[in-house]
Amino acid sequence: MAQPKEIKNQYKKRTLFQETWRRLVKNRGAMLGLGFLVLLILAAALSPVLFNYEVDVIGQNMQERLMAPCGAHWFGTDEYGRDLFARVVYGARYSLIIGVGSVLLGLVVGTILGSQAGFHGGVTDSIIMRGIDIFYSIPNIMTAVVIVSLLGPSTVNLMIALAFSCASSFARIVRASVMTIRDQEYVESSYAMGLPTWKIIVKHILPNCLSPIIVQITLLIGTTIISASSLSFLGIGVPAPAPEWGALLSAGRGHIRDASYMCIIPGLAIMFTVLALNLLGDGLRDALDPKLKK
Amino acid sequence: MAGKTILEVQNLTKFFNTPGGQLHAVDGVSFTIEEGRTLGIVGESGCGKSTTGRTILKLLEPTGGKILFDGQDITGYSRKQMRPLRQEMQMVFQDPFSSLDPRQTVMQLISEPITEHKLLKSKSDIEERTLELMRTVGLAERYMNVYPHELDGGRRQRIGIARALAVNPKLIVCDEPVSALDVSIQAQILNLLKKLQADLGLTYIFITHDLSVVKYFSDDIAVMYLGQMVEKAPSDILFQNPLHPYTKALLSAIPLPIVGKEKPQRQLIRGEITSPVNLPDECRFWKRCDCTEERCRKGNPRLREVEPNHFVACSCV
Repeated sequence: MAQPKEIKNQYKKRTLFQETWRRLVKNRGAMLGLGFLVLLILAAALSPVLFNYEVDVIGQNMQERLMAPCGAHWFGTDEYGRDLFARVVYGARYSLIIGVGSVLLGLVVGTILGSQAGFHGGVTDSIIMRGIDIFYSIPNIMTAVVIVSLLGPSTVNLMIALAFSCASSFARIVRASVMTIRDQEYVESSYAMGLPTWKIIVKHILPNCLSPIIVQITLLIGTTIISASSLSFLGIGVPAPAPEWGALLSAGRGHIRDASYMCIIPGLAIMFTVLALNLLGDGLRDALDPKLKK
Repeated sequence: MAGKTILEVQNLTKFFNTPGGQLHAVDGVSFTIEEGRTLGIVGESGCGKSTTGRTILKLLEPTGGKILFDGQDITGYSRKQMRPLRQEMQMVFQDPFSSLDPRQTVMQLISEPITEHKLLKSKSDIEERTLELMRTVGLAERYMNVYPHELDGGRRQRIGIARALAVNPKLIVCDEPVSALDVSIQAQILNLLKKLQADLGLTYIFITHDLSVVKYFSDDIAVMYLGQMVEKAPSDILFQNPLHPYTKALLSAIPLPIVGKEKPQRQLIRGEITSPVNLPDECRFWKRCDCTEERCRKGNPRLREVEPNHFVACSCV
């Protein structure tokens, strides 16, 4: 039968990704955010090529200390004469890896816990959610401090520590969305179709919770970058000479009167990254909803 | 068509535990359906007709009673055990706006049961079968990649029907399939369901509150009131000779296309439906009934065969 082939070409199917992209492109804010993030990711990826870590990033040069931004040092230098531009660009690696890594880790754990709690309800729900409430009642930074102190300071341990708080907030959001979708007729219809429970959750319930999850991902990457910076600021984040943004901020604190750029520049880097993530998240939420197609 | 019995329901009960007590949604319903026939279940909102439909398909666990499908006792079957049987018994849902996953295209929606039950393997076979199903239910092929929210209610209900048909079922429970649609679309969908029954030999349980629909559609009609069957008869007998006072009132409520003065007197029912929570052992209809005999309050009447194939649950008939 030749007919189906013709039809297939005539009404060509767009995949979810293509469809989302097509709508995302129309959103200026989201494209701006995406543009900034792509630039940042490129910078982070290329920074070992652009700079020599030993010389440019952590090598001290006391003769050029505390220089204001100029032609040779675009962002100025810090109190050890290290070029702040190299350090901020290199720092994007830490912030992005920690932010994305711990959010993804938290996403996986939180989605599994939240969907189980929301879908099954009853005792399962109580056990999972009360456990998460306990974590939630302790300030995120406290949890992170405890975990980092237990495991020892390193980038991976910092990620694990931050993933805990991400997991609990994902679990809550996923649970709430799953609970509203669980009772929809199309879920019942999937049962009538004979789908096993896990497939219903994965194929029908979670895709319909996607918008709040995506928004939460982008927001949490931002918050996590800030939390990671706070921990570095406190001295238990990424160990010392590494140019993590929080550590840069903390280093600049002592010179906020005479060399304020040392605080402003890493602060702006954090701010723009978080802003870009939020813009992208907002745009994605709209683009992912097929009901807002036109 | 005196075929073999495809579904037998014996004394089916479904209670829900509510803060106020036990809610008797379905209370001792029994019936049988022969292959290729249609049983219409009518009753007002909240009388347990949808719950009956769902319990038969084991979407709800029955509290008591027995469900025999094709001679197989499926009452105690788990979800897993039910899975192969889902190919035999399907459901068309009431609300075509909420019974389709908004994130799936028409193609995905209709092909899902085929892939799930591994009826066809290759992608092109599945696609071909999906297109065939779309033609069967009267959906133009250009809709294959649209989302359900882009379509009107009638077309969405056609998707729902195509999904049910995809696994070649024997029995389809239609839970008010047309009540969310406007009248002209209702007629289209009903004609489609009738045609499918003739072509594919389907058996229907047709749940509705619309008596004119059920008259057109069903071979047998069961009238439900407060979780119980109050009258059951072949369609023409029920319409000619309703015996239960509730059925009489329901039938007299059908608008008649008569112009002039000689319209028959409407039989109105007083009051509201009794709460289905913690019911006493008395006729469930007596508070709204004209016949106020002492025996109505002593014991809940059971279905009796008053004439061949005509069952009524009323002490006064």
